[in-house]
Order: sequence, then structure tokens, then C-alpha cells
Amino acid sequence: MEMKTEQAVAWIEKANALIQSNKEYLTELDQAIGDGDHGLNMSRGFQEAEAKVSGTDYDTVADVFKDVATVLMSKIGGASGPLYGTAFLKMSMTVKDKDPVTEANLADAVEAALNGMKQRGKAEQGEKTMIDVWHPVADFLKNGQNVQADKLEETAERAMNETKDIVATKGRAAYLQERSKGHVDPGSTSSFYLFQALADVWKKGE
Amino acid sequence: MANVGIVLISHSPKVAEGVKDIISEAVSNVKVIPAGGTEEGGIGTSAPQIQQAIEEADSGGGVLLLYDIGSAGMNAEMAVELADKKDCYVADDIPLVEGGYVAAVEAGMERSLDEILTSLRSSFLSGSKE
Repeated sequence: MEMKTEQAVAWIEKANALIQSNKEYLTELDQAIGDGDHGLNMSRGFQEAEAKVSGTDYDTVADVFKDVATVLMSKIGGASGPLYGTAFLKMSMTVKDKDPVTEANLADAVEAALNGMKQRGKAEQGEKTMIDVWHPVADFLKNGQNVQADKLEETAERAMNETKDIVATKGRAAYLQERSKGHVDPGSTSSFYLFQALADVWKKGE
Repeated sequence: MANVGIVLISHSPKVAEGVKDIISEAVSNVKVIPAGGTEEGGIGTSAPQIQQAIEEADSGGGVLLLYDIGSAGMNAEMAVELADKKDCYVADDIPLVEGGYVAAVEAGMERSLDEILTSLRSSFLSGSKE
């Protein structure tokens, strides 16, 4: 697929819809192994992000991502603020001057976002964080040609579910050590919604 | 040379203000700017808010940022990047209350940013990083 500003805005709208309808679930997940604020933080951040991008006229996808980054950074109070903020900022920088954004551009953007988040959070794969979803998704996009939206969603969903068996070594859940096992990671879950939303927009463009 | 400014970052606005109060008892010639809580005053931290605190704390001698837990360090780093200043550092793994106090006292004695950082590391990190 190709992404233009309409698709970029639609992505954020769909992501927000998914986050709003799963706000309580994200909170439950975070209450189990974190500080319980993920649902509220994500709900506030994406609500504001959607309001911003839906009400603005954009020339480029990069500008959409940049506004999303700025809003998420300032409106999400927890660790997800700087992490998702960094992700969208890196994506914005990667697709600068790309119009429309191709599949290959998007793959580069997600990879840049992943690297930015790893650096920001000093995290690696396998520590029970959102990186555990971004990593396989970035690999999937990077290695695929004519990527299918369904497969994208499946990859993200499988990766999210696999965080259940990981013992957390990063983030608040790390304080719980072994007790963090048996719970799906909240950040991985919100990242799954983000990619589910992307897959949804992708399907419409196929 | 102006004194180093201090930014105190906490998840709680009360904690950041409280640490500033403790420091103010002993030090009066250093800019100590609290940056606690989210933009709505809730529990959390905000990179743009910290960035603003960096601007307020900077009087030419550089700025040192101290933070409490979790995501505060990430937002501190992000704010430093946003502020795009040369002499602006995050004191990693230094306790907010004790470290903030020591940093402010030393800044008041006109110590440089590097000298303060070295002192904080030797006071609070010795042995733990080996």
C-alpha cells in the first residue's frame, strides 16, 4: 500500500478508537504488573493526538507523524509518552520528503522507530516491553514484499501474546521479577492496537 | 561564570516542590526549578514541561537534571534533546533528594557542571557500578 496524509490520519483515528474501547483492559493489564496508569495515559494521549490530526490540514505524512509525536510526548504521563513520542518522531524523520510513503519507506520508518525506542528505553527484545512487538513487526515489514495486512496484524498479535511467558527485566514490571510471568505486557498490547489499526487502514488501501 | 542551575524531576509535583523547599533552606544563590507531574498536575512526567524548566534554570553556567523513578529519566533525556543546549546533563542513577541537595550546595559554591557530576558520582555511585 501507499500512505498519504489521509491514511496517516486514518491510522491515528483507528488506533485511538481501539485504545478507547480497550482502555479498561489496558488498565487491568497494567494493574497486574505495573502502576495501573497505562489505560488512562494512552486514552488521554491518543484522544488528544486524534483531535490534533483530525482538525489539521497536512501536506505530508511526516507532518502528521510529527504532530502525533509532540502530542503523545506531552500528554501521556508514563513511560509510553517518551517511547511512543520517540517512535513517531523517528518515523516522521524517516518519511520526510516521501510522498506518497511506500511500503519500503514505512518499513524503514518502523525500523527507525524501533531503534529509537530501544535507545530511549535502553531496552532489548525479550524484556517484556513494547519492543517485543515492534521488533518482529519491523522484521516482518523489512523482509516482506507485497506485505499482506492480515499477516501484519497476526505478527503483532502473536508477539503480544508471547510476552505473557516472559519475566520482565525492564520497566515497572521488573520489580515483580518472577511474578510478572503469566501476564501479557500492557505496552505490547497498546503497540498491538497500533499495528492492528495500521493493518486496518492497509486493508482499505489494498 | 554563572552558577549551574538544577532541575528536579519527579512523578509527583509535591515531591519536586518539596525537594526544592529542602534545598532552599540551605542554598539561595542557585536556580532550582521543580518539574514534577504531568501537564494536568497528575502523577507522571512530561518532556515539554521539563524542557521549560531547563530554560528557566539556565543562567549561563549549564543545567543539571535529577529525576526519581521509571520514565522520569527517559523524559529528562528527551527534554535535553528538545532543549538542544550544550551544557545540560542528566544525572543518571543519582537519588533525587540527596543528590539534588548536594548538587545545589556545590552549585552555590560556584563549582562547574563537570565538577558537580564527578562529585555526585563518587558520592552516590561508588562501588555500585563496578
